[in-house]
Formats: sequence, structure tokens, C-alpha cells
Amino acid sequence: MILYPFIIEVFQILLVLAVAPAFAGWVKALKCWSQGRTSPGLFQPYRDIIKLFSKDVVLAENASWIFRFTPYLVFGVSVLAGGIVPMLSVDLPLAATADVIALVALFAIARFFTALAGMDIGTAFGGMGSSREMTIASLAEPAMLMAIFTVSLASKSTSLSQMVQVIYSGQSVLRPSVAFALLAFILIALAETGRIPVDNPATHLELTMIHEAMILEYSGRHLALIEWAGMMKLFLFVMLGIAVFAPWGIAASGDLTAIPAAVLFMILKLAIVGAGLVLIETGLAKMRLFRLTEFLGSAFLLATLGMLSYFILE
Amino acid sequence: MIFLPMNIAFFSIFLLLLAAALAFLFNRNQKFLIGVCFSMTTIASLLMVAAGGWAVGKGITNQVILPMGLPDLLFHLRLDPLSGFFLTVIGLLSFFVSIYSLGYVKGFLGHRSVTSLIIFYCLFLAGMFMVVLADDALFFLISWEVMAAASYFLVMFEDEKIENRRAAFLYIIVAHVGAIAILLSFGVMAGLATGFQGFSGYTFDAMRATNFPLGWATAAFLLAFFGFAAKAGVIPLHVWLPEAHPVAPSNVSALMSGVMLKTAIYGIVRVTFDLIGVFPWWWGAIVLIFGLVSAVMGVLYALMQHDLKRLLAYHSVENIGIILIGIGLAMIFTSYQMPLLAALALTAGLFHTMNHAMFKGLLFMGAGAVLHATRERNMEEMGGLIHKMPWTAAFFLIGCISISALPPFNGFVSEWLTFQAFLLSPSLPSPLLNLLIPMGAALLALTGALAAACFVKAFGVTFLGHWRGPHKPDVHEAGWTMRIGMMLSALTCLALGVLPTVFIDWMDVLSEQLVGAKIATSATGIGWMWLTPIAHERAAYSGPIVFAGIMAIVVIAYILLHARPAAIKRVPIWDCGFEKITQRMQYNATSFSMPIRRIFGFLFSIKEQVRLVSQYGHRAFPKKLHYHLRIRDLFWGWLYKPVVDASFWISRKVGRLQQGKIHVYLIYSFVTIIVLLVFLR
Amino acid sequence: MNTSLAANINSFLAAMVLLTAFGMLVQRRMYGLIHLFAWQGFFLSISTAIVGFVAGAHHLYISSILTLSLKVILLPYILHILIQRLKIHKEVETIVNVPMTMMIGIALVIFSYHLTAPVRELSTLMTRSTLAVALATVLLGLLMMITRRHAVTQIIGFLAMENGLFFAATSATYGMPLVVELGVALDILIAAFIFGIFFFHIHTTFDSLDVDQMARLKEED
Repeated sequence: MILYPFIIEVFQILLVLAVAPAFAGWVKALKCWSQGRTSPGLFQPYRDIIKLFSKDVVLAENASWIFRFTPYLVFGVSVLAGGIVPMLSVDLPLAATADVIALVALFAIARFFTALAGMDIGTAFGGMGSSREMTIASLAEPAMLMAIFTVSLASKSTSLSQMVQVIYSGQSVLRPSVAFALLAFILIALAETGRIPVDNPATHLELTMIHEAMILEYSGRHLALIEWAGMMKLFLFVMLGIAVFAPWGIAASGDLTAIPAAVLFMILKLAIVGAGLVLIETGLAKMRLFRLTEFLGSAFLLATLGMLSYFILE
Repeated sequence: MIFLPMNIAFFSIFLLLLAAALAFLFNRNQKFLIGVCFSMTTIASLLMVAAGGWAVGKGITNQVILPMGLPDLLFHLRLDPLSGFFLTVIGLLSFFVSIYSLGYVKGFLGHRSVTSLIIFYCLFLAGMFMVVLADDALFFLISWEVMAAASYFLVMFEDEKIENRRAAFLYIIVAHVGAIAILLSFGVMAGLATGFQGFSGYTFDAMRATNFPLGWATAAFLLAFFGFAAKAGVIPLHVWLPEAHPVAPSNVSALMSGVMLKTAIYGIVRVTFDLIGVFPWWWGAIVLIFGLVSAVMGVLYALMQHDLKRLLAYHSVENIGIILIGIGLAMIFTSYQMPLLAALALTAGLFHTMNHAMFKGLLFMGAGAVLHATRERNMEEMGGLIHKMPWTAAFFLIGCISISALPPFNGFVSEWLTFQAFLLSPSLPSPLLNLLIPMGAALLALTGALAAACFVKAFGVTFLGHWRGPHKPDVHEAGWTMRIGMMLSALTCLALGVLPTVFIDWMDVLSEQLVGAKIATSATGIGWMWLTPIAHERAAYSGPIVFAGIMAIVVIAYILLHARPAAIKRVPIWDCGFEKITQRMQYNATSFSMPIRRIFGFLFSIKEQVRLVSQYGHRAFPKKLHYHLRIRDLFWGWLYKPVVDASFWISRKVGRLQQGKIHVYLIYSFVTIIVLLVFLR
Repeated sequence: MNTSLAANINSFLAAMVLLTAFGMLVQRRMYGLIHLFAWQGFFLSISTAIVGFVAGAHHLYISSILTLSLKVILLPYILHILIQRLKIHKEVETIVNVPMTMMIGIALVIFSYHLTAPVRELSTLMTRSTLAVALATVLLGLLMMITRRHAVTQIIGFLAMENGLFFAATSATYGMPLVVELGVALDILIAAFIFGIFFFHIHTTFDSLDVDQMARLKEED
């Protein structure tokens, strides 16, 4: 039995846990600079999490076990997903645990429980957040599946490490279908991770928040877990996009020497994607809730055009 | 050989009939009846699971001809892997439901006699088992009618309510229209099998042996599909379903929704794959389209409901749709001679059949427990039940997760397999299908996500938050038999989700029988932990790792965070300084589904009224706000109302023949006799 | 440049043409619409030039330049001026049910793919696969004219349709004879001027460019 894939696996999970807050901090810092504010620095998310961990939990009187279980579950799902997406090497023992569809479903179960937790206390805000979150998720899902469909047409697989390998051995560079799928994926990822223009992660304004409304009642270590899991989710969506659309730099099977380079590549790509995200977030305003059908409809349209152009043009 | 699966099945049916007879004889001692009869149905169901499981596991086919029935039309019975599979599905759920009924039916004691409930419950089970075992058209239809009639009386059980009578009436009409179509379909096939002279074509064996010409085969298929679709509640033939399922006693709703609809799926699979065998691709396309429409519309209508059982009933429409998607894809693949892919799609569809039986049964049992405890079906009144009914809430939650197709539970596995079948459609040689089938995959994804939204609503509004109604009833947890029934089906949901490979290994003989290919060798190619349809490079999913992985991380995180003692402070809800926060301010079922109602509003007929009662005669000082919302099934107005109106019109015309005078009636008979004499001279 | 790479690039450009066609279908703002139209012309002209290069049909260069100057520069400029003169640049059109329009658009693409399947079987040209896109562009342009109410967006829909026709000609037969293309180009130019004059008239008559207003011209009522 070869041992090193397991070492990579453990290393990768630790990396996800460690780097995700830094990425969130990077996005925040860039945003501050681009808006002419002073940034709290790259490491503020770490300080936030540590501070929350050391605080006591304040719990509403009628919170049930679902409310207390949800943070752990959401965290668990994010960590497990962190072991599935190939980031450094395609030799991942856990990669066969779930393909892209199952990965999306893993995030869905985290969302399911978060939405339930939002309704558990019985305030209007929680219910509002849950209702909106589930609506957006159900509109994003068809687009997500269509994007997966389009990509899997080219790679003949939905398994992530297989997709990476196929793109490595890829013949054509200019594939309209993949380009469309990428555009669609960006829109969906913005919706799934709750970024502008779908949701504003920084707001606590009553009527505009979605994700924040669901977790409004959390405090202490529960909130820390949820925040951390949220950062990991953002990080993982970026990593998912990189693995599927721009895997260059990820070490091929059995290639151990490429791992350090892969880490460097990863950091470089993260920096670029973060800058792109900030461009989108500062360039756009948050949309009205009912405009989101058009936003996600466009994502679906793009993914479908990708699928069509695969059959028509390739 | 006495220990054939068939003999076990016979014994089981005998037990059921015996239980019915007992109930008839010992009408007096109701409490005793509940205990004895439901124990007997429990054993009978378990025996049926054994018979079916054995037949599938070993791939045995037993055939028996009973010396019963009409002269020259003896009853043929056959237990092959396909019927064995459905016997297992029906048996397993009726096993759980029978245990549950031991406690649930006691709730009726003191209100009304439960004898009729028990008798028809037993007959209903026996009818379903016999439908699956039948191997000729006559016995099939007799069993079909036994099943339909028994379920009709079960829906009518609480017959003092007008809605129950109406629902039962609607149900029996649709069931009969469907039965006529099925009868005609068998007639077409039997006629083609041996010509219209003899009767020997009525056995399924004769139909199997015949190669039908395409035109007649299409007619037979369309008739059968229509008939079975009416029973399965495929849109647009679904209107009876959300009426009949909610008003039946909850254990019966669990069976009707969980397994009675599956007999229709059985019928479709039996007729297309087994009896007809060869078909063009567009048959599959028809099944696929109806499946997609049912899935999407079913879940959207479910989202609009605030009656817990009605919501679940609409979800049955959705899930029947998902099953039909798998079967439709299997048909398309079969017609293009792609047995491996057909086997995958068929396995997905049949797996979902099993899964839906488990989680829908579980959900209806949970709804029954809630109904039992609160005497309330309207979710707008409920809330916070998780504190009073922790067990029921936990089991119901498992049902919700399973039906929402979330890992690591069973609903996800079958939907995932369906997605894989969709993703393999580009290998079809037809370019048009290549472009259109992915749209179906997108619709299925939409369905799954909407189902998740719907069950967040169902669970959140029913069990979480505070009680919303004006008077808080004295809620109590369900009894232990009810809890065991729910617990067993919840555990089955988990087991099927975590270890799908074992189950697929077991049911693989089915796809070999029907489409001539196995998927187990590839599906479990790299070990029992991973489910890998077709090839592991293509896609893989590991239920055990997902379940164990998440649980392990949850436990580790919990232990690490509790290493340092940190107090949990319980405080009242934060009310944003409003101070007058009431329970009516919570989100309820209607407000939860409002965004979706607005987005997909064009698919419903919605009537929304807001009335303002002003204080000083000015809009700016509202005193009260009345909100009235009525959502109706679009199909009722489009499809059924014209038919209803037309039949009333015709019956009024025909009604004129009724004069109430005996002479007039004698004239009718007289004229009839004369006419007959003239023509049949 | 080898043929397969050229075919690849051409497919990509076809995809971009399709994307811009869909973009115009759902774009609400006037200027955005004109920009999209200009981009479509731009992709079209590059595609034409590439086809001309690979097929050795040098008159396609001229069509390409013609497209570039006319549809990317001149017509958008005229429309720009028009919008400024009529002071309608702030108007945001309400489009009924954008997702539904998108779905119809997708159905049209599938339909045109199905329709051009026989041609694809017969043709041996490098550009044969883009024919479906060309037909779809025509149909989408027509769909845009149906769903829009504003006169200016209708004319853009019309021009987009013409783009589709031009693209169809290039992909089906490597372009029409130069004389025909020159004629068509002139036609479009004149049509644009005539439309412009009409806009002024409509605007002064109804004080709006909403074509629904024309229902008032009916005899009865």
C-alpha cells in the first residue's frame, strides 16, 4: 500500500482549514483597498475565529438540538468536502468519495440544516433567511447541474480527479462549451457562496440579508464554526473552479516533486481569483431578490449554451 | 418442496385473509382485535419480504396455476425477480406500518368501531400482493379491483366528514377509468396473442411469446400507461391523490402513498419490458416527459400546501415522476440497444421505488403521529413540536432529509444514479435527443432543490419555532409501537443510503431479467464502499465514507470544543427591542413559500386578496389586515371541470328518461324487446 | 494557420455570436444593447476574415471590412446619435418574463440545430457546423423584435437578424458574391437612415417610441 496519497490528503485538509480564513482575509483586504479604506489585514479572520471560540454561548430559550447540532454538521461537511476537491495532487484517496454532483449535494445538506436552524428559534428574520436561501438554492441548482453536464461532456466523467487529468491531456484550448460553463459556474458560485450581487456577506441590514439572517442567533463557538465553515465553502468553490477549469499546476498522479510547485501555483491562483471576486463585488450592486431569477436564469442560459455549443460546434 | 418462495407468499396471503375473517368474527372485542390482527399482518408482511427477497436474491422464478377462477380461465401466479422485488418493497413497508398501526389504530378506540378498518386493511394488503403475483390478465384485474375497492373503503373510513366522501368518490372514479384502460390494454394484447376466438391469450406467458405489430403494441402501451398513470397519480391524472391521501387514516395513507402507487409502476414495467418487450424510443420519451412534468409540478404544488398530509401527497406525485424518469430513460436506452445504460437507468428508477416507499411511509407515519397528538393537519397552526415529540421529530427529520435527496440518506443515491443515467445520454446516436435530454437533467435538479426547500418548510414550520395556533393543545409523544414502526423505516432509509452497493448487488438480477445487462460488477467494481456506475473513472460515490466522515468530524469538533468548559446561557429570544414579539410573527408555511410562489406563479391559479381595515377611515392608520390566499390546481380547471360539466349535462339529458311512472318503464322494455327481436331474428 | 485551428477559432466566434444574440435578447438598457450589437458585428467580421483566409476566398476580406465599418462603427454610431437626440438614453425597457424568453431562445437554438441537420450531413465545408448558429441568430433576432416594445430595440433586432443572414451565407457557401453583399450593405445603410427619419416622426407624433402606441392609428375606437 502506498502511503503518500494519505499524507497528501491529510496535508490538504489541514491546508483548507488553515488557508481558507486567509483567503477570506485577502478578499476583505483587497476590497478595503479598492474602496479607499484601511484594511484590518490578512489575518483578521483568524483573530475573529479565535475570539469567538473563547466566548460563551448565548442560546435562545427554545433552541432545540438542531440549532446546536447544525454548526458541527456544517463544519464537518466543509472539512470533508475539503478532502475531496483536488488542490495539490490528483492522488487523493478521498476523491472517489464523491463526484461533483455528490459534492454539490454535500453542500446542500449543510444548507438544509442551516435553514432549519434559522427556523428553530422562531423569529421572523430566521424564517426569512431560510426561505430566501432555499429559493435561491433551488434556482441555482439546475444551472449548476447544466454546467456540470457541459463539463462532463468534454471529460466524460464527473469525478473531479478524472476531470483534472482529462484537461491535462486536453487537445483543444479554445472550447466554447467549457468557456460558457466557466461563466455559468462563476455566476452560480457567487450565488452559492452568498456574495454580491446575490447576497451581501457584510450586511446586517434587516431586509437585505439572506445568509446572515439565518445565523443571526448564533454566538460563541457555534458562530465560530459556522463562520469558519463559510470561509471554507468560499475557498472550496474557488478550488472547485480551479480544479475543473484551470487545473494547471496540480501535481499529476505519482508526481511528488511537483507538490511544492503546486502549493505556489495554488496561492498565485487564489490571489488572482480573489482580485477577480473583489472586482465583481465592488463593480456590482446587490440585486433585488426577484431580479435573481434573471441572474440565475442567465447562469442556466450560459450553461445550456455551453452544452448546445458542444454538440453544435465541437 | 414446501419451502418455495411461492409457498411462503401463499401462506402470507392466507394469514392476511385469516386476519380479515377474524376481524369479522370478533367484532366485539376491539382492543383484542387490534393486537391480534395487526400482529398477523406484521408476520404476513415479514413473510412476504422473505419470499420476495429470496426470489430476487437467488433469481428464482416460480409459476403456479391455481384450480380456481372461471372454467377455462384458471388463475396463473408467478413469482419472478421483478414481482419478488415489488413484494419486498410492499412487504417491508407494510411490516413497518403494521407495527405502527398497533399503536396508531388504538387512537380510534372509543370514537368508532375499527373492524372495517382492519378488514379492509388486510384485504388491501392481500390485494397489493396478489397484483404483483398475478400472471394472467384476469387474476391481475381481480386483484387490482380488490386493492382499489379496499382502499376506497379505507379512504371512506371516517365517513361522517363530507370531504372524505368526496375524496373517496373522486378516487374510485379515477381508479375505474384507469382500470378500464388497463382492461382494454390487456384485451388488445390477449387478442393479438391468440386471436379473438380462444381465451388462452389472457395469460401473461402467451403475451410474452407474441411479437406485437407496432401499431397495436403502441395502442396497448398507451392504454396501459394511461391506466397505470391514473393509479400512480401522474400529472395530469393526479387530482384524486391530494384529496384521498390526506383524509385516509395515516397508516393507510402511508401504505397508499408508499406502496399502492408502486403497483402502478410495477404494471408499467411489467407491460413494457416484460410483456411487450420491443418498443421504439419515443415510448420512452413519453414516459420521460410525463415523469419530468410530474416531478416538477408535483413539488411546486407541494410547496404551496399548508396541510401537512396534502403536502406529502403532492410529493408522491413528484417521486412517482422521478421513478418514471428512470424508467423512461431505461426505455430510451433499451430501444437503442444499450443494455448497460438501460440497466443503470432502470436500477435508478427501481431503487427510487424502494426508497420512496421507505421515506414516504416514514413521513406519513410521522404526520400521523403529529395528527394523533395535536388533532391538527394545518401547519399554519403548528410549531415547536420538537420539544414535546423528540422521537417523532427525529424520525420525521430523517424522512425529510431522505426525500430531499441529501447524502448520506437513500433518496440521494437513487437520484444520483438517475443523474448518472442522464449524463450518459450523450452516447445516444440521436442528435436531437442529445440536446433535449440534458434539459430533463436540469429539471430533475430543480425538483431536488425545490423538494429540499419544501421539507425545510414542512419540518421547520411543524416542529421548530413556537406553536403558532391560538390554543396550545396538550401534545404527547407517540406510543412505543408507533415509534418502533417509524424507527425501523428511518433505519432502513439510512441503511439504503449508506450501503447502496449491497442493495444493488441484490437487485441486479432484475435488470438482467428485463434489459439483459448487469451493472453490479461495475457498480461495485472497486469494493463495497464505493458505488461506481459503469466505471470508477466515470463517477463514484461512497455512502459509508460520507456518513462516517461527517460524523467523525462532528464528534471530534464537539470533543475539542468541549475540552474547555464553556457555559451556555439560555436567554429569551432577541426581539430587536420591539418587546411585543408574538408567535404569530414567525414565518409560517405560506410566507416561507412566498418567493417561490411569486417566481413560479404562472403555474398555479392564485387568488390573493388583501383587505385593510382602517382605524380613522384612512389608509395610513390600518387597524387590521386581512390576507386571503387561494391556490388551485391549474389542471382542475383545464382538464377536469369541462369533463365534470359535460357529464352533468349528459346526465341531465339522460335523466329525462326517468319519468317515475311504471308504464313508461314498461314501454322502454317493450320497445327494447321488439328491437331485439327485429335485429336478432 | 492550419484548418483545424481555424475551424476551432471559427466555432468559438460562432459561440460568441450566439452569446451576444442571447445577450441582446435580455439586455434592458439602450446603450448596452448597442454595444452588444457592435460586438456581434465584430465577431462576425473576424469570423468572415478567417473563413476568407482559410478558404482562399479573398472577396470575403472586403465583406469583413464592410461589416466592421458598417455594423461595428457606423450603425452603432448612428444609433448612438439617434438615442441622444431623442433623449431616450435613460429609458429602461420592461421586458416581460426574461427567463421565459431565454427558454424560448434555447428551444429555437435546438430547433435550428435540428433543422440544419440535413445540410450538415451534405456539406463538406469547414464552416458547416456554424450554420445552425446562424439560423438561430436569425430566429433570435426575430424573437427580439417580437418581445420588445421600443422602436429602437426593434430596429436592433432587425439588424441582428441581418447579421444572422450574413453569417448563414458565410457558413453555408463561403459568402455570397461581392456584388450582392455590397447591395445588401447599401440596403442596410439606407434602411438605417429611413428608420432614423421614421423615429423622429414617431417621436414627434406620439412623444414616445413605444410601438404599442401605434395601436392608436387604428380606424375604429
